[in-house]
Amino acid sequence: MTKLNPKIPNGQLDQKWTNYKAHQNLVNPSNKRRLDIIVVGTGLAGAAAAASFGELGFNVKVFGIHDSPRRAHSIAAQGGINAAKNYPNDGDSVFRLFYDTIKGGDYRAREANVFRLAEVSNSIIDQCVAQGVPFARDYGGLLDNRSFGGAQVSRTFYARGQTGQQLLLGAYSALSKEIGKKTVKMYTRRDLMDVVIVDGLARGIIVRNLITGEIERHSAHAVVLATGGYGNVFFLSTNAMSSNGSAIWKAYKKGAFFGNPCFTQIHPTCIPVHGEYQSKLTLMSESLRNDGRIWVPKKLEDAEKIRKGTLKAGNLKEEDRDYYLERRYPAFGNLVPRDVASRAAKERCDAGFGVGTTGLAVYLDFADSIKRLGKNVIESRYGNLFQMYEKIVDENPYENPMMIYPAVHYTMGGIWVDYELQTTIPGLFAAGEANFSDHGANRLGASALMQGLSDGYFVLPYTIQNYLANQIQIPTIKTDLPEFVQAEKETKDLIQKLLTINGKNTVDSYHRKLGLIMWDNVGMGRNKEGLTNAIKLIQELKVDFWKNVKVTGTNDQVNPELEKALRVADFIELGELMARDALSRQESCGGHFREEYQTPEGEALRDDKDFTFVSAWEYKGDNVEPEMHKEPLVFEFIEVKQRNYK
Amino acid sequence: MDLTLKIWRQASSKVKGQFVNYQVQNISAEASFLEMLDILNESLVAKGEEPVAFDHDCREGICGACSLYINGRPHGPDRGITTCQMHMRNFKHGETIIIEPWRAKPFPVIKDLMVDRSSFDEIIQAGGFVSVRTGGIPDANSIPIPRRNAELAMDAAACIGCGACVAACKNASAMLFVSAKVSQFALLPQGRIEAQERVQRMVAKMDELGFGNCTNTYACEAECPKEISVSNIARMNREFLSAKLISHKEF
Ligand SMILES: Cc1cc2nc3c(=O)[nH]c(=O)nc-3n(C[C@H](O)[C@H](O)[C@H](O)COP(=O)(O)OP(=O)(O)OC[C@H]3O[C@@H](n4cnc5c(N)ncnc54)[C@H](O)[C@@H]3O)c2cc1C
Ligand code: SF4
Ligand code: FES
Repeated sequence: MTKLNPKIPNGQLDQKWTNYKAHQNLVNPSNKRRLDIIVVGTGLAGAAAAASFGELGFNVKVFGIHDSPRRAHSIAAQGGINAAKNYPNDGDSVFRLFYDTIKGGDYRAREANVFRLAEVSNSIIDQCVAQGVPFARDYGGLLDNRSFGGAQVSRTFYARGQTGQQLLLGAYSALSKEIGKKTVKMYTRRDLMDVVIVDGLARGIIVRNLITGEIERHSAHAVVLATGGYGNVFFLSTNAMSSNGSAIWKAYKKGAFFGNPCFTQIHPTCIPVHGEYQSKLTLMSESLRNDGRIWVPKKLEDAEKIRKGTLKAGNLKEEDRDYYLERRYPAFGNLVPRDVASRAAKERCDAGFGVGTTGLAVYLDFADSIKRLGKNVIESRYGNLFQMYEKIVDENPYENPMMIYPAVHYTMGGIWVDYELQTTIPGLFAAGEANFSDHGANRLGASALMQGLSDGYFVLPYTIQNYLANQIQIPTIKTDLPEFVQAEKETKDLIQKLLTINGKNTVDSYHRKLGLIMWDNVGMGRNKEGLTNAIKLIQELKVDFWKNVKVTGTNDQVNPELEKALRVADFIELGELMARDALSRQESCGGHFREEYQTPEGEALRDDKDFTFVSAWEYKGDNVEPEMHKEPLVFEFIEVKQRNYK
Repeated sequence: MDLTLKIWRQASSKVKGQFVNYQVQNISAEASFLEMLDILNESLVAKGEEPVAFDHDCREGICGACSLYINGRPHGPDRGITTCQMHMRNFKHGETIIIEPWRAKPFPVIKDLMVDRSSFDEIIQAGGFVSVRTGGIPDANSIPIPRRNAELAMDAAACIGCGACVAACKNASAMLFVSAKVSQFALLPQGRIEAQERVQRMVAKMDELGFGNCTNTYACEAECPKEISVSNIARMNREFLSAKLISHKEF
């Protein structure tokens, strides 16, 4: 029997959220004070949710691994946030944003959720402006917009190249206001070690204090996980160093289903890998594709010469260049969605046309735009990005074309949630990148920030009340319940085990190995043989890890090696689940490209008949095969089409 | 390149620290400064020694976590960047590099190169926000904002809360950090409404937490990775004085 009930409200698409809110249960003010909510994570989703819960009058406790809530990984988002305001009067609407998101996700997201997202998008912009977020403005003092991949309208709001920073600082200021008022208590530098379930309901968490090593118990009437994405499974990604999958992995092991684990976004415009010691990859904002043209040499021999350094990009004649995106996708050109752009770059490089010393790079060229608009216009649009590129690569992108290559960037998969953002464990909610919900098999640019803030400001403050309304009789949950004692003991045992293996290999060496297995087999191109092999290799890696890893230091102090070891242990298991999911999805859709399923022209071949569903995986025990449940996706309001960006 | 590293090691806030010398070999000029420390740490772990603890996360100059004092300067020799954005091409083969944590009383050392900057959060909690609640907000375009003000507000809002300004200042003053937040809101109509109360609250908190006075040496601006301008301090002083003139409240 499957426990999957998406709880989609009845009614017309544009009435569902209104109907839901009109009929849901609410908690009255005096009861709110008596209910505790735990929020894990202070990124856009977590900070927005916690601040809003605090304003409503709940008792809120917030946790994060950072030393300050302001440093959550959302801070790094560059390009912008979408909303259906239609300020430029270019034909945008709530329906169009909804439609673009569903289509961009290759018809693998839930209609009702995505519509709600588009519907609340406008309120997000209003909210942020009221908080003092300094969005870009035009000379008339009104808000400015730009276009982003996968859309034909300009609906992206931005704050220079630091949109995530400004939105997060907005949410952080709202959170700080509540902390100041003592409606919210903040616990920094805490790592989630387990979710505590009492009588089938989420009742609390176990955390490790990253300074003292103390293992702490915290209880609540409901728990929200907003712990971000797990792209760091691949070791190298654009994610911050501490981004991890551990919190949602613990929830999975406690019974929360994991939705579409294999859906990973590989971002097309990142600075190529340059050395063994490299610790992370740097994203160059997608907005660059508005004015940059992507190309590789047309002839193999030219590519060869460029790689050897005997030919310079600028000296290659126009007719010897292959602007492959413009060639393959004339309607969208350089602005095709990310998955399409990434795959096309890989295809050219695999065929031998790649540039850079490694051959794993393509050009992103601004020469034409500089000629057309002038250097100062380009500088005003992308100055900080060009500067960042030059600092890292030591080459001037105004003179030589940038070199870029795809890199792991975002995980559409995550904890499965229903319309209320509740997981399969009652009382446990998941928000932001941590849940699987709205982006299907591919996320459009500038939509993650929108989703994080939508979940945090405008969805959870309603839906969590529908749950908590049934909890008003429950007094404060005691942390000496046997479930807490047990969870704490398991955590301590796990840490003890890691610290006493005392093998010979560093934690990072395992992470790097896992990353390579994932990138080669569960990356941009996937096939049955590779995935089957990856599962085997990861299982072997897991055995090796638990025998031979070396974790220095002790538990009762700051111990970054122990923190990493705990994460890598989870990444290894999560990597296996991703491979399993990719193996079972015998179609190509969005970021999931199965080489066996493509058209003669190399375009992705979806199989709507057999795969129009969300895969939701259930944990069945250590080293036992997990069970896959299916949530069928029903499209009532739009016609499912082949994605076509030609 | 081969380098000698002279690194501050301190097991916890309760014990005394000291410099320890380490050698690293074959460091590529393309590696970032933190990747160089990763290489050192992996070699220490392989030998069973404790790695050097330091704060870091985004490694692209935006989260404000990294915070190293390199050869006597916060975030090292280059201007306008954070520690994590510095590459080893800034150093020469054979050089000795001195690496220390931020040194300022309101930022106590936690371990090795990690310090506690929660005092910055406390200052924000005292008033670094606009008191709006979620929802019920008029349309975002209902109040046009002159582009110049929006740009100046953004310049100030670019602060990453790293604390280099405090570390650079001989008085450990937090004026640049606080004035950046005060300015951002003072420049926007949404923030104007509470401007006077905000500046008084934030300044009072800053004083309470033991940050020093500003004596106009401007070391903060010179070391700020986001090049936050000291003109924000002047703006804050104006805001503060005018608020004091008409306010009867004590903060
Ligand atoms: C370089 C980059 C640029 C991007 N640019 C854009 C963009 O322009 N537009 C867009 O829409 N999206 C963009 N994205 C995606 C977007 O930034 C993220 O998807 C989004 O910010 C995630 O927000 P979040 O609130 O879900 O999680 P996060 O911001 O990742 O926050 C996670 C929180 O959880 C806490 N946490 C994590 N693990 C644990 C644990 N084990 N225990 C306790 N606490 C934990 C952390 O401390 C943190 O507070 C970008 C992403 C990257 C990497
Ligand atoms: S003002 Fe500059 S130096 Fe000070 S905290 Fe902000 S970014 Fe860092
Ligand atoms: S690590 Fe984020 S600013 Fe340096």
